[in-house]
Amino acid sequence: MTMQLATARAPRSLYIHIPFCTNKCHYCDFTSYVLRGQPVDQYLDALEQEMITTVETLRPEVIDTVFVGGGTPTVLTPPQMERFLKAVSTHFPLADNVEFSMEANPGTTDIDKLGAMRAGGVNRISFGVQSFDNSLLERIGRIHNVDDVYRSLENARQVGFDNLSIDLMFGLPGQTLEHLSDSVDRAMALKLPHYSLYSLKVEENTLFHKLYERNELPLPPEEEEYEMFLLLMKKLQEGGYRHYEISNFAKPGFESRHNSTYWRNEPYYGLGAGAHGYSNRTRHINLKGVQPYIDAAAVKLPRLETFEVSEREAMEDFMMVGLRLLEGVPVSRFQEQFPGQRMELVFGETLEKQLANGLMERIEENGDTIYRLTDRGILLGNEVFGAFITT
Amino acid sequence: MSDVLKRQKKIRNFSIIAHIDHGKSTLADRILESTGALTNREMQAQVLDNMDLERERGITIKLKAVCLSYRADDGEEYYLNLIDTPGHVDFTYEVSRSMAACEGALLVVDAAQGIEAQTLANVYLALDNNLEVLPVINKIDLPSAEPDRVKQEIEDVIGLDASEAVHASAKAGIGIKEILEQIVHKVPAPNGDPDGPLKALIFDSHYDAYKGVIVNVRVVDGSIKAGKKIRFMATGAEFEVIEVGVFKPRMTIVDELAVGDVGFVVAGIKNVKDTRVGDTITEAKRPAPEPLPGYRRINPMVYCGLYPIETQDYNDLREALEKLELNDASLRYEAESSTALGFGFRCGFLGLLHMEIIQERIEREFNIPLITTAPSVIYKVTLTNGEQLNIDNPSNYPESGKLDFVEEPYVKADIIVPNDYVGAIMELCQGKRGEFVNMEYLDSNRVTLTYELPLSEIVYDFFDQLKSSTKGYASFDYELSGYRKSNLVKMDIMLNGEQVDALSVIVHRDRAYNRGRVICEKLKELIPRQMFEVPVQASIGTKVIARETVKAMRKNVLAKCYGGDISRKRKLLEKQKEGKKRMKQVGNVEVPQEAFMAVLKIDED
Repeated sequence: MTMQLATARAPRSLYIHIPFCTNKCHYCDFTSYVLRGQPVDQYLDALEQEMITTVETLRPEVIDTVFVGGGTPTVLTPPQMERFLKAVSTHFPLADNVEFSMEANPGTTDIDKLGAMRAGGVNRISFGVQSFDNSLLERIGRIHNVDDVYRSLENARQVGFDNLSIDLMFGLPGQTLEHLSDSVDRAMALKLPHYSLYSLKVEENTLFHKLYERNELPLPPEEEEYEMFLLLMKKLQEGGYRHYEISNFAKPGFESRHNSTYWRNEPYYGLGAGAHGYSNRTRHINLKGVQPYIDAAAVKLPRLETFEVSEREAMEDFMMVGLRLLEGVPVSRFQEQFPGQRMELVFGETLEKQLANGLMERIEENGDTIYRLTDRGILLGNEVFGAFITT
Repeated sequence: MSDVLKRQKKIRNFSIIAHIDHGKSTLADRILESTGALTNREMQAQVLDNMDLERERGITIKLKAVCLSYRADDGEEYYLNLIDTPGHVDFTYEVSRSMAACEGALLVVDAAQGIEAQTLANVYLALDNNLEVLPVINKIDLPSAEPDRVKQEIEDVIGLDASEAVHASAKAGIGIKEILEQIVHKVPAPNGDPDGPLKALIFDSHYDAYKGVIVNVRVVDGSIKAGKKIRFMATGAEFEVIEVGVFKPRMTIVDELAVGDVGFVVAGIKNVKDTRVGDTITEAKRPAPEPLPGYRRINPMVYCGLYPIETQDYNDLREALEKLELNDASLRYEAESSTALGFGFRCGFLGLLHMEIIQERIEREFNIPLITTAPSVIYKVTLTNGEQLNIDNPSNYPESGKLDFVEEPYVKADIIVPNDYVGAIMELCQGKRGEFVNMEYLDSNRVTLTYELPLSEIVYDFFDQLKSSTKGYASFDYELSGYRKSNLVKMDIMLNGEQVDALSVIVHRDRAYNRGRVICEKLKELIPRQMFEVPVQASIGTKVIARETVKAMRKNVLAKCYGGDISRKRKLLEKQKEGKKRMKQVGNVEVPQEAFMAVLKIDED
């Protein structure tokens, strides 16, 4: 074990979780708490302590990507934002060309805060816009409206951000194909370099789940969700965006490098309440409650759970997440991550089956073999991913 | 008076009749407790129902007997044998035999709910067996208790004198003493000739890994002790008795079982099939001239296929059936195979509940996920060449060109129902191809309707419909009445163009179209979307009579990668996969377990 630690490659990606929101959205089951009355400053103290303990435990060489997610990181006040970002750059050796992303809610970003983010090193913002329809926004529990979206994007540009992304959702209750088409048009009119388009998933422990159980959530039928997905793929591709991951589209060179870390099954630090991390073939989940996290971080790594991933499981994960990237999984990368293993031997039968049913294809490129989803496979990704999982 | 005769006068044999939830098991527990059969510490709630399944369903599947001693108010010590009975129509015969082992029965009625349907059939069985029936009004401590109304009901509906009915609460321990006193004073002591040739009634048996078959008996004449050679009069099998004893409730060996005693016999018997319920045990050297009346060979009425979902579970399934058979003389099975389902077993059961119990026990106790095909009755098929076949599996049904005629089993069904529901029952029975036989008023409120019905219709969904159309107030009993010629056809089901043998059913020609349509609709509902469109068709011969389509799956892909939460993604996919494990790959279509029973659970309208 010690040997492994000594030789292990330190993660080059860093995820940090800010678990506060001004309110809870109806579909959200992430670790997030309503901001009012929360000990935010103590939380930031604890976070800094976790940074110190983390780099002592597994010293990073260089950090290529940082992603600050939540919750809503932009609920921090400008002074809080400033000290938080300073802590990040103090404790982690950020690369010169680091991709430093932060999630932002259009309702909680004014020019001062955006200025503090910019000054603190953030160079990419992902706005949780979700829709350009005010009544739909209200229905899913968002606090912002469409005007806020335009205003915050304008502000972001003003302080110098150009690497911007927005999230849109589809398959929302009451949403029609027309709604979605209109939102996508309006989003594309902003000419941003990156868009994420997520289909709603009803998670347990959310208001939506309760409504769903009571049969009071008018989700669009599968056929319509399918049409929505086809429509948005068509529009974005026509707009010159590359569909590089199931839910993500970008102008060349603007793909999220941080998220690609997950999809390539590479290690990442995970800090903050409820954060997940992966290194040395070990996954961890941090304590989720704010106070328990604060208390624990003062004395040790604030873990809720730590578990080793067997090689088999890691190989399955590799396929499961790797196939989300439309570039596919190169056989060579598999071999790099799992020396002595060959993808086509480990998953021969599954690969053959997926090729035969038309959900995957095999291509040869630069002397490498690559397996990837077909157009149909993109729509039925879970069928493919699931096929690689043994329970 | 001899000691044996003195003892005989102190024996009281009784059983308890109650509707589910009216408190039979709790009352049994209290009686055990208050006679000191079990100390409080040993007491585990509801001792008599010792299978999980029984407790969950609130029913008693396997009957048992307990021997209690009770010092009555008159200062004398009495021997009380409580014989527990199962409470479902599938086991009517077993109930009738355990009643035949008694002289009395407690009729437990819920003080709030009054008499309910299920109780009635068993009360009539008790009265048929000339038992002294003692009404007990239970749950007297409920705020909604109406003991006087319930007593009146007992008098009106059953015609029993309820003036001395004990007011009890088994749960609160109220009235237990009075019940025991009434048993002592009202239930007659057993008659019987202590010196006559041995006659002992078998009312149950079960297999024990150490002792072999343990036979539960009630001695009617003579006595039985270790070393005696005994003969089972129906099967002719002979064994030497190794030990006899009683359940207190633990097995306790005694010197002999004499007239009136209820206990067990161990005789190195390997197979429960030698010990048929209702048979008479006699002494090989001095056999009784006649067996006890009422023995009936019970044969399975309903057959279905049991298949492991995972092919590699086949041998485990065989072992499970072997083990269950040790304890269940009415279970039959033989290996069969299906094109769609692979290797499995065709099994025979007394009825649907019996079938469900076996199926659940295999899944639970042996942990083998199963596919059960729709149950079938036994059809008698006569071919044009005169050959006769018994068909218990629709797959083996001969093609129509070779058929001369087919006969199907009919039952005579007695349905007892409050007269408000007579119309509903008649409609139901006519809808099931029933033939009206008789209608008789039991009193101003209750009616017995007698119908001749095809057994296959009862197997189909008769119970559910009976329950729902009478709010559970009907009681129902049936016995096989014979075979009749019938216009039957085999209906096949095709999924994605391939015939699925395990889904074939035999139906009456007049109903084929309707049932075909309903089955296709049901299958469409149950079969999840696949990656391609799946046509579902019902056909007779080559003629398609109904068709539905399971649309192709269009979109199934997860959205976000929540801050690197890979394990969540994995769990979701694992769950998806778990769901698929409960499905059987038929051709290239994944068919869920329930679909094979779809032909049953349908509201035909």
